[in-house]
Amino acid sequence: MMQSRGELPHWVDVGLIPLINLTVALAVSGLIVIIIGENPVEAMWIMLKGAVGSLKGWGYLLYYATTFVFTGLAVAVAFHAGLFNIGGEGQAYMAGVGAATVGLGLEFLPWPILIPLAILASMAMGAFWAWIPGVLQAKRGSHIVITTIMFNFIAASLVGYLINYWFRPVGKMAVESREITGAYIMSAREVAREFFGVRIASSPLNFSVFLALIAAWAVWYLLWRTKLGYEIRALGANPAAAVYAGIRPDRIIIIAMVISGALAGLVPVNEILGVQHRLVLGYVGGAGFVGIAVALMGRSHPVGILLAAMLFGLLYQGGSELSFAKPEINRDMVVVIQGLVILFMGALEYAFRPWVAALFFKVEGK
Amino acid sequence: MTPAIELIGIDKRFGSVHANKDVSLAIAPGSIHGIIGENGAGKSTLMSILFGFYHADSGEIRIKGKPVRIRSSSDAIALGIGMVHQHFMLVEPFTVLENVVLGSEGGALIGPALAKARAELVRLANDYELEVDPDAIVGELPVGLQQRVEILKALFRGAETLILDEPTGVLTPDEADHLFRILGTLRDQGKTVILITHKLREIIAITDHVSVMRRGEVVATRETMQTDVMELAELMVGRHVLMRVEKGPSTPGETVLEVKNLTWKDRKGIARVDNVSFSVRKGEIVGIAGVSGNGQSELLDVIAGITRPTSGQVIFEGKDIGILGDPRHVRAEGLAHVPEDRQHRGLIGSFDAAESAILGWHHLESLGKGFRLDRDKVIARARTEMDEFDVRPPDPLLKSSKFSGGNQQKLIIAREIRSNPDLLIVGQPTRGVDIGAIEYIHKRIIQLRDEGKAVLLVSVELDEIRSMSDRILVMFAGRVMGERGPGASERELGLLMAGVGQDAA
Repeated sequence: MMQSRGELPHWVDVGLIPLINLTVALAVSGLIVIIIGENPVEAMWIMLKGAVGSLKGWGYLLYYATTFVFTGLAVAVAFHAGLFNIGGEGQAYMAGVGAATVGLGLEFLPWPILIPLAILASMAMGAFWAWIPGVLQAKRGSHIVITTIMFNFIAASLVGYLINYWFRPVGKMAVESREITGAYIMSAREVAREFFGVRIASSPLNFSVFLALIAAWAVWYLLWRTKLGYEIRALGANPAAAVYAGIRPDRIIIIAMVISGALAGLVPVNEILGVQHRLVLGYVGGAGFVGIAVALMGRSHPVGILLAAMLFGLLYQGGSELSFAKPEINRDMVVVIQGLVILFMGALEYAFRPWVAALFFKVEGK
Repeated sequence: MTPAIELIGIDKRFGSVHANKDVSLAIAPGSIHGIIGENGAGKSTLMSILFGFYHADSGEIRIKGKPVRIRSSSDAIALGIGMVHQHFMLVEPFTVLENVVLGSEGGALIGPALAKARAELVRLANDYELEVDPDAIVGELPVGLQQRVEILKALFRGAETLILDEPTGVLTPDEADHLFRILGTLRDQGKTVILITHKLREIIAITDHVSVMRRGEVVATRETMQTDVMELAELMVGRHVLMRVEKGPSTPGETVLEVKNLTWKDRKGIARVDNVSFSVRKGEIVGIAGVSGNGQSELLDVIAGITRPTSGQVIFEGKDIGILGDPRHVRAEGLAHVPEDRQHRGLIGSFDAAESAILGWHHLESLGKGFRLDRDKVIARARTEMDEFDVRPPDPLLKSSKFSGGNQQKLIIAREIRSNPDLLIVGQPTRGVDIGAIEYIHKRIIQLRDEGKAVLLVSVELDEIRSMSDRILVMFAGRVMGERGPGASERELGLLMAGVGQDAA
């Protein structure tokens, strides 16, 4: 039987099309590199080598990927409920306030208690920052895309204010909190040196990478193995059927947003407790938005998100190496390449799909 | 005389839905041609094909005898076809004049087009009784006038044939009368009008010819003078030859459901369910007949807890469940609901069959303790249901949307009957379902009755109602027009369905 249009085998949708998108993105990036007057093959090689050619490169890749897993999962959970949470950036930023408040305020506690508390506070603050838009959507119909974008701006100003007037110690010039010593998550390098007496390559990779794996598993379990997850997916897939089934949309919208925000709220565990060890300005650095691309590319499935987050980790780490090695290809250039990947993987996700479908059915028809 | 428009053998499928089956139709020039049929009969699809929104899978369109290809609405407009949609296609903040010009500005500057349009509007207003202030903001006009702007738009583009899709649905009776006068004038001036509606009275009042559509087919075309409301109602609902349903006499027991003075008003304050009272007893099937859109859907929604009644009570086994307004609680009380629109509500197309087979019952502890949903148990449950109700293919992991209509319906019926309800409410159990599945579904519903359960059946298929029900209620315009026994004649029920009731209940 001839398959009707738009029903491609799973592997085409999940494997082939993302691959084509990625290839096109890299090809266009290559063109730009040529225009600048550099060799695109060489540039690509430097990126690849810089990211996966050494343990240090891998360390950085996984460190970046950890943050993208958190923001990617945050977008995915909301997306399964039919909500487009653009506010991962602001939720992750606000979460840092929670982590730092507990990390600094309760530092008399021993670290095995303090660190989990700081993580919970971080998640709670991220959840709170997503809860407000969730309630506004559920009870007042204010569009979640608009409110979450606005909440990103509010978070940017608010956290800046809090760091400056609340966290910054008197007399300190830099706009940042004092060092978080109690809730200090050691990097892999420090753990290796302290506990095993081994020297390994320096990188910011820390325990959070395991947290990312746990979070990915937990999201999978929630969505596909619990009644709540069933309700979230039902609402996202067919709201009329969900209402028929007695699922209350307002309740699910709020819950999905809270979970989404809590996941975004894991970002400071990696960035603040694990790397900066103090609350600094703008540490989210656009990771909330990268999470949207990661979730789109990973088809909102935890496994896909893990893979997509690693790809973006590779681009980030390889990109920095590239800008070191080739001064002509500066940091902005790397951002352009990342932007192209996001454009082709996210915004133009289905640009080549009709073409692939036509070709596929032509081949299959014979 | 050459027909203004001729459709020959138009066929259109949407996936498993056969929306138009080999439809042929000839529209005489300078006439008003009605197309009548229930929701989902294929009227709108047919007109969308004529207007270039959809493309027919096969068939031919001829205009004034010449075969044409209509690829888009601009093709249709160029061929002199205009359409007034059920939901207006107007830019509300624009003036009438700006709306009329929209799409035919003809140049970078708007001035000349507006001047020309203003003169043309004056002419159209005089010729067709279509006065509208050209400078009024469209969004501030009453609905009747907005519709007039739509008609003006079509005429301004040189429409010779005007299609109106359910034009009176949004109008007050006065506005509707005015619309009919305008349509009469248009016809007298040589325009051709196609009127799509499901209201019988409009057809009788205004058309010259009428075609009846049912399940995607044109079942009859009549000269309006030579038919009447009764015949049209019968044609619309159909005397579809069903297999006789094997069923013994009912032995009704105590009352399970009692609906008392139930009223439900929509957001505009119109009573879609109007002071309805009836009861359903154990061991009987109560059928609700009526042309679709007369309040049956809304009644089902209220009983199922999806919407709350505006006033009145729904008493189920002694408890007022109307005030719960929550399908989950209503289910917990022992009520199961097969929804009218299975694609839209009954299942989730992107879920696999096993997941669709627990929709609404996913809280059951037997599917996993507490918050957990045990995948193995979900699949096992679906497997037994699929075996018992002969769902094909019996694959719980297949996506719900990949099953045929009949098998989707069997899956839903299995899910609801499996819950062992005291009352089953069923909407259109066999709409878009193949003959074999119809027979099976009927058998299972009767089996449920014979087990002493109560069934409330809503169907627009008169034959289904007559062969299944132990008592028949007829709804018209939100009210129950009367109650009849299963032996009531089609004529008798048809009259009630057309709103001609001797004993309004």
